Amino acid sequence: MHIVVCMKQVPDSAQIRVHPVTNTIMRQGVPTIINPYDLFALEEALRLRDQIGGEVTVLTMGPPMAEDSLRKALTFGADRAVLLTDRSFAGSDTLATSYALSVALAKISQEFGAPEIIFTGKQTIDGDTAQVGPGIAKRLGLNQLTYVAKIAELDPAAGSITVERRAEGGIQLLSTRLPVLITMLEGVNEIRRGSLASAYRAAGEAIVTWSAADAGITDLSKCGLRGSPTIVKKVFAPSQRAEKVQMVPVEQSPAATAQAAMNAIFARQPALEGELMRYSAGC
Amino acid sequence: MTEAPKPTPAANSRAGTKKELPEHFKAYKHVWVAVECEYGVVHPVSFELLGEGRKLADKRGAELAGVVMGGDEAAVSAAAAACFEYGADLVYTVTDPVLTHYRNEAYTKGLTDLVNTYQPEILLLGATTLGRDLAGSVATTLRTGLTADCTELAIDDEGSLAATRPTFGGSLLCTIMTLNYRPQMATVRPRVLSMPMREVGRTGRIVPHALGLAEDDVVTKILKFVADRDSDKPQLAYADIVVAGGLGLRSAENFQLVKALAEVLGAEYGGSRPLVQKGWITADRQIGQTGKTIRPKLYIAAGISGAIQHRVGVEGSDLIVAINTDPKAQIFEFAHLGIVADAIELLPALTEAFSKHLSVNRLAG
Repeated sequence: MHIVVCMKQVPDSAQIRVHPVTNTIMRQGVPTIINPYDLFALEEALRLRDQIGGEVTVLTMGPPMAEDSLRKALTFGADRAVLLTDRSFAGSDTLATSYALSVALAKISQEFGAPEIIFTGKQTIDGDTAQVGPGIAKRLGLNQLTYVAKIAELDPAAGSITVERRAEGGIQLLSTRLPVLITMLEGVNEIRRGSLASAYRAAGEAIVTWSAADAGITDLSKCGLRGSPTIVKKVFAPSQRAEKVQMVPVEQSPAATAQAAMNAIFARQPALEGELMRYSAGC
Repeated sequence: MTEAPKPTPAANSRAGTKKELPEHFKAYKHVWVAVECEYGVVHPVSFELLGEGRKLADKRGAELAGVVMGGDEAAVSAAAAACFEYGADLVYTVTDPVLTHYRNEAYTKGLTDLVNTYQPEILLLGATTLGRDLAGSVATTLRTGLTADCTELAIDDEGSLAATRPTFGGSLLCTIMTLNYRPQMATVRPRVLSMPMREVGRTGRIVPHALGLAEDDVVTKILKFVADRDSDKPQLAYADIVVAGGLGLRSAENFQLVKALAEVLGAEYGGSRPLVQKGWITADRQIGQTGKTIRPKLYIAAGISGAIQHRVGVEGSDLIVAINTDPKAQIFEFAHLGIVADAIELLPALTEAFSKHLSVNRLAG
């Protein structure tokens, strides 16, 4: 069984700073990480491989330094890493990204065997769109299973899969046919510590690196800025609110401060006091 | 939809910057909302979108349409009737047993066919698990632009949809446009927009459309649906009072202080994103851009610094009370009431104060 995990290297958002004057992102020195949501996808892929055999290929599109994330994935136990990198991808929105990835996935099928399952995380922490997974599925004509909480049954011989999917207001038990694209829900597993053997292997492993042309992309007008229907008109810091915050004076004791805070809350929202009273009386 | 927008204005080479809309897109008019209707219930986000869609349509001199897909006539008609009362001029309906429950294939076909037939200029969906699953497929099929999780929608001077959303992990906002492709698609999370007034008795036109799919054409089958029990499910998004904690609480044990205050107030409780990452709370209690958006009457944020990604999730609250030891914390830039104090000391004092006040008044009453 061949499983491909699509990952993204993202800036560690906790450490992003905005320049106070120019309002631009200060990228320098911001460490990058594997998109945390993708780790749930990777772990699920590794578990399936461990159970039923086969190979896990990780794929990422990004600048050359995205190799770091791929190498990390190899230390966790992935069997093969493919880096899709080309200047013509710069500025890709999700439609252009799903195009490039889908072509690369077709190339992976040719070179290393057709994957039965393609995994992604449910979304990235920098874009937060959750659109690339469905985009890949649609472009490759794969059955799409988003927000998967659990793989309940997988029968590669019969070509069938049953999953629990987080839906609005409940869990759907869905069955469909392979090949599928799965976006994995967060918190459903925990990424393993890579073995020492994996770490040694990862350090020496050659990363398959493809340019757009290598991957078989012939139409560059579908890539990068040119291939992106959305444009970013402006980026800005949120405006200051006209109304200034009213500070509650800090008293000698927490009890006195709490009293002042409660009074201030009821002064601003008089109706709330009555509602709370009715709630409290109903208890 | 852009994954990593540039902080500088987009380069001229970008395809979308050409001013002239291609000829074949000029017929695209009107504003649509894809209405989410599952198990006979319309998701409130659909009404919120109709309220916003009404404003956009009026500004464009266009009509507002709802799209209702479902398995049985009664549920579809009821949902359509509700759409009219929330501002729709017309509703496209697709009724077919294949559509009884949401499945990507069938719903993507239904919505894509409608778009190709009736050509809307703007298509809005809720950023729910259903809406995101559907929007990504439909936008890719139509090869058009899609902007996720918008916090503000507007029409610019040239008549295009300007969709604003947080970016870079929520540290900045960006405005995204789809100039040369139609429809212009966007998703908005529940509770980001306010609920419009319902105009009882308002009606409109129904335009039925055939799905043209048989059950055998749909590969994916739903074997079972296990509804969340209401008691297990936090009702954060629609709660009247919410108490939340952040890293300022310093330990998972101290999160109990948030719960205690919430209990006295009959409130829901939640937390900021780092708390989910640390495992102090479950993901369904996360408040902010990637968690729940809330619009309570009272929101108490204890030990939360107030990054933009949190801010956009709580800004619709009537009264925001912030407790933080750092007087320079970002949360004081958008809170209404601020208290520079250690939440670990102040939360129990607040719990005590409210508890006493409410019981005294209860006895008096």
